[in-house]
Amino acid sequence: MSKALPRAVPAVPMEKRRRDHSIPVMLSPYALIFVYFVGLPILVAIFLSFTYFNTVQRPYLIGFSNYISILTQDTVFLRNVLPNTLKFAILVGPMGYVLQFLLAWVLTQVPKWPRTILSLLFYSPSITAGVAMSVIWKIVFSGDQLGYLNHLLMNWNLISEPIQFLTSPEYLMPIMVVVTLWAGMGIGFLAMMSGILNIDPELFEAGYIDGVRNRFQEIIYVTVPSMKPQMLFGAVMAIVTAFSAGSIGVELTGTNPTPQYAGQLMVNHIEDYGILQYDMGYAAALSVILLIIIAVFSRVANRLFAERD
Amino acid sequence: MAKRREKVIRVKRKRLPTSMVNPKRFDKSQLKFYVLLIPLALFSSLPIVYLISTAFKPMDELFAYPPRFLVYRPTMENFQDIMHMMTRGGVPFSRYLFNSLLSSALVVLATLYISLNAAYVLSKKRFRGKNTLFALNTAALMFVPAAVKIPRYLLVQQAGLLNTFMALVLPMLAMPVGLFLIKQNMDQVPDSLIEAARIDGAKEYRVLYQIVAPVIKPALVTVAILAFQSAWNNAEYSQLYINDDSIKTFAFYMSSLTSSVGNTVAGQGMAAAGSLILFLPNLIIFILMQSKVVNTMANSGIK
Repeated sequence: MSKALPRAVPAVPMEKRRRDHSIPVMLSPYALIFVYFVGLPILVAIFLSFTYFNTVQRPYLIGFSNYISILTQDTVFLRNVLPNTLKFAILVGPMGYVLQFLLAWVLTQVPKWPRTILSLLFYSPSITAGVAMSVIWKIVFSGDQLGYLNHLLMNWNLISEPIQFLTSPEYLMPIMVVVTLWAGMGIGFLAMMSGILNIDPELFEAGYIDGVRNRFQEIIYVTVPSMKPQMLFGAVMAIVTAFSAGSIGVELTGTNPTPQYAGQLMVNHIEDYGILQYDMGYAAALSVILLIIIAVFSRVANRLFAERD
Repeated sequence: MAKRREKVIRVKRKRLPTSMVNPKRFDKSQLKFYVLLIPLALFSSLPIVYLISTAFKPMDELFAYPPRFLVYRPTMENFQDIMHMMTRGGVPFSRYLFNSLLSSALVVLATLYISLNAAYVLSKKRFRGKNTLFALNTAALMFVPAAVKIPRYLLVQQAGLLNTFMALVLPMLAMPVGLFLIKQNMDQVPDSLIEAARIDGAKEYRVLYQIVAPVIKPALVTVAILAFQSAWNNAEYSQLYINDDSIKTFAFYMSSLTSSVGNTVAGQGMAAAGSLILFLPNLIIFILMQSKVVNTMANSGIK
């Protein structure tokens, strides 16, 4: 995926480089564990996508049938899951990314101790998400007048009847987007914050001497170009998390599938088939399709941030 | 010497607006940032506040109607109940705690070690297939875990790891996100720095641990936080790979304990108390680790 251009040739002669034993020695511990516990399971899953596998009997090959049925017969996928996933990811991905960067940037403008405490608070929803999500947001958006939001709206006489926020299709998606953004200050956010902190302070000085006039220009011309690797990392993580989100809708509504498939995302669809309907082959094929979608979007991000020096 | 340099900068500051990234102390100009940050931080901390508040609620407040967000008369009841349930089981809960601490420590140390080494090779060495290897790692990052559960179970079984302590550690060590982040940061370390060290006669490991690692410390810290969290909060592996209660994790124990009582109103308090106990180590690790993040570029003498 990453097409890093060749770097400066190390000052080691060719013959010596060929006998560089450190490459296999340093790479193999990660490589072995990666191949066995990450790579092989993925290969098996890709193989399973060409089979019928109900998790009890042996899988048997059925060619491209799973893919063909997904793309031609699966009306839920075509009418709900795919549009939902794209809509959700296109809202959450870029918005989450920009929010993460801005928040990270603002945090780097305050001293260390307030920064540590505040960043912990921003980061905490991404740790406690599972627990909190189902409790906090259910109370806020609860469909009776006890729900905080309904309670407020009714007190202000904006509505007369409580709104069924979580069970009505038109509200579920916006709520999912807000909740995801709120819980989205994860590893991408931390990486970008450390990226900003790690910029050589003299670059800023130099920028101002070269004609940068305000903080906004500073961000565009100095900060972002100086942390391209972290920006790319953040972008890929934003894309991956936006497309592989799934638990939110189910946790908020308490059902999979979500009411009228309003909040049904790819991951819910995969779990619906793989875990609830015991059709692992079909679920695997869906995962491969999702992988392809994510890879395409990541390529775009890669083009934007790849080092061109 | 240092004093004189500061003076020069201060003179410059008078004429040009200068960036204040990572300021050393409070300044009036930072007020606007606090005005923005504090309300957002309060909003983000809602779940923690709720969790803490619920964990200390007495029975009648849990049943209160309409429900209250904050606790009025805090009590330790829920924690006592949880301790009571813990000691009633066959395995003492200190055993689960020990399993979790040991497996998390192993996961953090081993993940950092193997990712740092692999990232160094992928970032700073030249050999055929390097970019393909990194691309494979990134692709793995993009594959959602739901479809990998069964294949991974079969492979853990094949390796003879079922019902062993190592089943909690080994499958977690290769963290594609971690390698990705460390490699991305290492790309920023100038090759000239490494060459200089090599010319001075430093061996590869010395170059990596004494020259490169300190510069990318913020990334290492982030990976350490993430590795700790994924190991500490992991209840899934205990559930899937392990039968023997004495090698399961604290997270599994907490989740089974709270899921058995969590559906009742009275159980919510205990569930919150359990989640709070489970959450605390995450908090401690985060503060410990983040406080170590400093501007490493500025301190390492790279310009």
